[in-house]
Amino acid sequence: MTDIATYNFAYLDEQTKRMIRRAILKGIAIPGYQVPFASREMPMPYGWGTGGVQVTASIIGPDDVLKVIDQGADDTTNAVSIRAFFKKVAKVAVTTETAKATIIQTRHRIPEQPLTAGQVLVFQVPIPEPLRFLEPRETETRKMHALEEYGLMHVKLYEDIARHGRIATTYAYPVKVEGRYVMDPSPTPKFDNPKMHRSPALQLFGAGREKRIYAVPPFTGVVSLDFEDHPFEVQTFDQPCALCGAENVYLDEVILDDHGGHMFVCSDTDHCEKRRGDPTSSSWGDRAEGAGGADGQSSPSSTPIPALRADPPHNGEGKEAE
Amino acid sequence: MTDEPLLRVSALSKFYGSRVGCENVTFDLWPGEVLAVVGESGSGKTTLLNCLSTRLLPSSGTASYRMRDGQWRELYRMSEAERRFLMRTDWGFVHQNPADGLRMTVSAGANVGERLMAVGDRHYGRIRATAVDWLSRVEIDEDRIDDEPRAFSGGMRQRLQIARNLVTGPRLVFMDEPTGGLDVSVQARLLDLLRRLVTDLGLAAIVVTHDLAVARLLSQRMMVMKDGRVVESGLTDRVLDDPRAPYTQLLVSSILQV
Ligand SMILES: Nc1ncnc2c1ncn2[C@@H]1O[C@H](COP(=O)(O)OP(=O)(O)O)[C@@H](O)[C@H]1O
Ligand SMILES: [Mg+2]
Ligand SMILES: [Zn+2]
Repeated sequence: MTDIATYNFAYLDEQTKRMIRRAILKGIAIPGYQVPFASREMPMPYGWGTGGVQVTASIIGPDDVLKVIDQGADDTTNAVSIRAFFKKVAKVAVTTETAKATIIQTRHRIPEQPLTAGQVLVFQVPIPEPLRFLEPRETETRKMHALEEYGLMHVKLYEDIARHGRIATTYAYPVKVEGRYVMDPSPTPKFDNPKMHRSPALQLFGAGREKRIYAVPPFTGVVSLDFEDHPFEVQTFDQPCALCGAENVYLDEVILDDHGGHMFVCSDTDHCEKRRGDPTSSSWGDRAEGAGGADGQSSPSSTPIPALRADPPHNGEGKEAE
Repeated sequence: MTDEPLLRVSALSKFYGSRVGCENVTFDLWPGEVLAVVGESGSGKTTLLNCLSTRLLPSSGTASYRMRDGQWRELYRMSEAERRFLMRTDWGFVHQNPADGLRMTVSAGANVGERLMAVGDRHYGRIRATAVDWLSRVEIDEDRIDDEPRAFSGGMRQRLQIARNLVTGPRLVFMDEPTGGLDVSVQARLLDLLRRLVTDLGLAAIVVTHDLAVARLLSQRMMVMKDGRVVESGLTDRVLDDPRAPYTQLLVSSILQV
């Protein structure tokens, strides 16, 4: 009757986890380099974060506290499902609070609150190859990385300026890592690119369908590509968050009614709730209180592993959404 | 001019299994010199050109190139990184089919600017100004700069390919039947343009063609190939006006349909 017992800790078998950890270590040793790995089938379709889930499953331990966000929000179906999945298969504590998390799995955002040493940010990546846009041949893109031939990345930015008068790429904005490898930061808004630069946290990237893992170790230089006369800049917003008044954060447009009513609010829901002192923000059922390892042999649940389903992918601006 | 060649080729051979691609080719190319390689289909012209441009490794023989710093380098001993760098800086390669040498899905301006960006130019305005300049030099209207080559005629594509190759100021350009796929009137215009550019820029070039008129117009010297071997070489006017090898005599008298 113990569904859990039929699964290894964190779902993946130990050999698979070791294989993935080796790929992660190699990625850390060569910042920004895409390491091939033998991606496993996960109980969810590709496109819903299988790469990130495998990375998280391979690094998570019983004492970890996991936060999962999707477009900045902890409460979307995808984030809730992945959180519930790890609560179930690893019995770890989960949280929505950025500061309390030891591992944050994310799709499309980096939390507003600066990360600290010891935290790990795991990105779900749909298309790891930044050169794919102009060079579909994998043999050629690998050679370009090996020989540091990155002129093509600027061709893409040149096209942007020629067409739109400015660099119009706003998501998956290419970066150069530690002066060497050009990397796709996954479809996060370029607003978040500066947060990657010399971050004290370890940043890991998992692409399940494409079978690639890459990494940015703590305190690593991450520089957004640009032109001297068209320097990189982040998005700015005309007004502060309509709910908490925050400025200099990434805002989502929320449609209020059928009559064109809308407002701009923090995409980082935890950040917004914290600022508002929202009491409901700490009353979630799956928050950190239920530390998996802590409350011992917690009741072998008879509920099955939650089926991981998710909201339809958000628009990834020209990229296939994860 | 200098008293040293730019390229020295010695006993170069390429076999495809037991089939001869080209065999025992030896010649020097001088700075600013245009050499035409002529011969009928299957005579080994493209094989030779691809070996010289290091797109293909020969079975035996050597080729040395005098780099911009004056140092001689043995081409087939260079690392791939060095060869690729040479190919996008000091060399050009003009394909018969422009689609093989262009990025068809990016604008004409980006096609011309790519090599500049590849060698580290990071100033959009400067890259664009250079692209405008090069488009005008190959007689493409400035207002086509943001169009993709897909929308261009065959002649325009070929001129764009030439601009894309010349933008880094190469010293040596390889061309494989550069006028091959074009209508006769378009060919004539392109030949005029090529001749002018080559002269103005003092380019050295190796031009593969089956068309003796192209050789006559563009080259100072020519090599005639048959079955992978060079059967005659010399100054273009001399070879065409006073062919010595019986095979060249046949070619020139147009008895052979090349
Ligand atoms: N990739 C190849 N594999 C086998 N044989 C080839 C290959 N390429 C060319 N050849 C042969 O080498 C000879 C020279 O061909 P090529 O260099 O293409 O001549 P040309 O350009 O003068 O028409 C021909 O006999 C041709 O069939
Ligand atoms: Mg040929
Ligand atoms: Zn807010």
